Amino acid sequence: MQKFNQLTGIAAPLDILNVDTDMIIPKQFLKTIQRSGLGKNLFDEMRYTPEGDEVPDFVLNQSAYRGAEILVAGDNFGCGSSREHAPWALLDFGIRCIISTSYADIFYNNCFKNGILPIVLPQADVDKLMDDAKRGANATVTIDLESQTIQGPDGGTISFEVDAFRKKCLLEGLDDIGLTMKKGAAIDAYENDLAAQPWR
Amino acid sequence: MTGTTLYDKIWNAHMVDEQADGNCLLYIDRHLVHEVTSPQAFEGLRMTSRKVRAPHKVLALADHNIPTTDRTGGVDAIADPESKLQIQTLEKNCAEFGIEYVAMDDIRQGIVHVTGPEQGFTLPGLTIVCGDSHTSTHGAFGALAHGIGTSEVEHVLATQTLIQSKAKNFRINVVGEAPDYITAKDIALAIIGEIGTAGGTGYVLEYAGPAIEALSMEGRMTLCNMSIEAGARAGLVAPDEKTYAFLEGRAKAPKGEDWDEAVAYWRTLVSDADAVFDKEITIDASDLPPLVTWGTSPQDVISIAGAVPNPADIADEARRKSTERALDYMGLKAGTPMQEVAIDRVFIGSCTNSRIEDLRAAAAIAKGKTVASRVSAMVVPGSGLIKQQAEKEGLDKIFIEAGFEWREPGCSMCLAMNADKLAPGERCASTSNRNFEGRQGRGGRTHLVSPEMAAAAAVTGHFTDIRNLKVEG
Repeated sequence: MQKFNQLTGIAAPLDILNVDTDMIIPKQFLKTIQRSGLGKNLFDEMRYTPEGDEVPDFVLNQSAYRGAEILVAGDNFGCGSSREHAPWALLDFGIRCIISTSYADIFYNNCFKNGILPIVLPQADVDKLMDDAKRGANATVTIDLESQTIQGPDGGTISFEVDAFRKKCLLEGLDDIGLTMKKGAAIDAYENDLAAQPWR
Repeated sequence: MTGTTLYDKIWNAHMVDEQADGNCLLYIDRHLVHEVTSPQAFEGLRMTSRKVRAPHKVLALADHNIPTTDRTGGVDAIADPESKLQIQTLEKNCAEFGIEYVAMDDIRQGIVHVTGPEQGFTLPGLTIVCGDSHTSTHGAFGALAHGIGTSEVEHVLATQTLIQSKAKNFRINVVGEAPDYITAKDIALAIIGEIGTAGGTGYVLEYAGPAIEALSMEGRMTLCNMSIEAGARAGLVAPDEKTYAFLEGRAKAPKGEDWDEAVAYWRTLVSDADAVFDKEITIDASDLPPLVTWGTSPQDVISIAGAVPNPADIADEARRKSTERALDYMGLKAGTPMQEVAIDRVFIGSCTNSRIEDLRAAAAIAKGKTVASRVSAMVVPGSGLIKQQAEKEGLDKIFIEAGFEWREPGCSMCLAMNADKLAPGERCASTSNRNFEGRQGRGGRTHLVSPEMAAAAAVTGHFTDIRNLKVEG
């Protein structure tokens, strides 16, 4: 997994509540058997007309945001389907960090498995960053995971919380399957005890 | 010391390891696998030369991509090359890693969340995961069941565990007696309407109270299925005699002494009387009307007797904008009575409402009636066994005579990954679980309803208050 330490990039405003994973990557793109190549279809039905032309109003089609690496979004981002294709598509497009007031559980987990940092902030902070992001190319934001801070375009600093284990995995780019396999003895012991409940 | 909840008990019984930071390693008893969210996980195993730790705890089948029309040509005859490849990839992966695969021509084939319980793969007190958000369905049996991403699918395949932090406890008491035609779907929609699609975020829901005890296992599955639509990690109903009666004799359920021992253990799986919940609400089922969604989020719920809401009445700016966007997408005008909204399509199916009881309820409404001329309607059973049972009972004939299409089992138009989809602008009364933009096809407009309400809309051509519709005896 790609490490996440510090990121300075353009923040794109996606001022919509309850952005679901069907919006992030519609189902017709879930037929792939690979993880890569989904960036061009990120937000496909919002980003392109049925004929395949770009929708000029959509934020990621605007010249200021084509290279966005941070997304500032409305509450309950990533709700709905568990499809990990959603973070794969975001990552493939170049988004490494999302800022919102809340996320759906499965999507939130999926981000950390792919080197994406989903930051949770109070409404007032998200509102501020959303306003900043709407300023376009000037809205460069710096995220520092180590110190858990966000530096806005006007120099103000916002702190955020993140689970210590998830933070460590992101900072070091750890493979959590490898970490769990080191606990193989504990899993063996647990499985031995399962004999008492043969139906399991 | 205060008592523990049902969730606490299952959690504690599955903890393999607890890290100092509070993250736990949770043992996973059962893993359901389907074709869409698994190929990259198997590929990951191959790339790291890892094995599947406990292949006998995994059950796989294809449901999302599978055609619901004639399948006599087998997988090779699937028209969409990508769908075909995904199904073939699952077949190959199962063979390579020694996992039981229910093939497309197997009578047990169906939607994972229908086949799992039907086979007794789902049992009380187990932890069950699947790369599918509607895994919450299995909570109906008192199993801790939730959806996971593909990286976690790989993690469970390799280690039979999951790294988890504990969720909080949220009890939803549903009291009173549900009136005629008020189903588990209406209860689910009422709850989501009340707490919102993020209302359950960070929680495991436990559904309790007389109206939940009164639900059949099918009804409980419908209810738990939609826990994810409230943002919850999982939904639970404590197991009871109905649970045991449903499971006894199922192919993968324990037998003989094992069964007796298992039931004795399952009887302990209830929240203690003095258990403390982090959050608790009460809903009165006796007050509920049949519900229908008007917008593009499952929380956009209204009584069938109500009208499309007016964004101008909403003070909060973000919510007002969101409502305006939804009404624009749905092609609805504020103030329109829901019963005047005409429909083009009807979909009866999905892991929410495709079980035998759902089909019986819809057939009872459709019997002796005709699907309105403007409407195209389809019924997609949840599994081959349900289809067979329905045909034994003559339900297929009722549907076909009324003008419904009678299809092969699968996810179908719930997410429209196969050929079953809405055309842009088409409006659908759907028994599925999500009314998101584009969910049933780009530009398609989905209204979530119960099977009874879907059948009523099919025969009248518009949303109809089922309580006022004459039903043949």
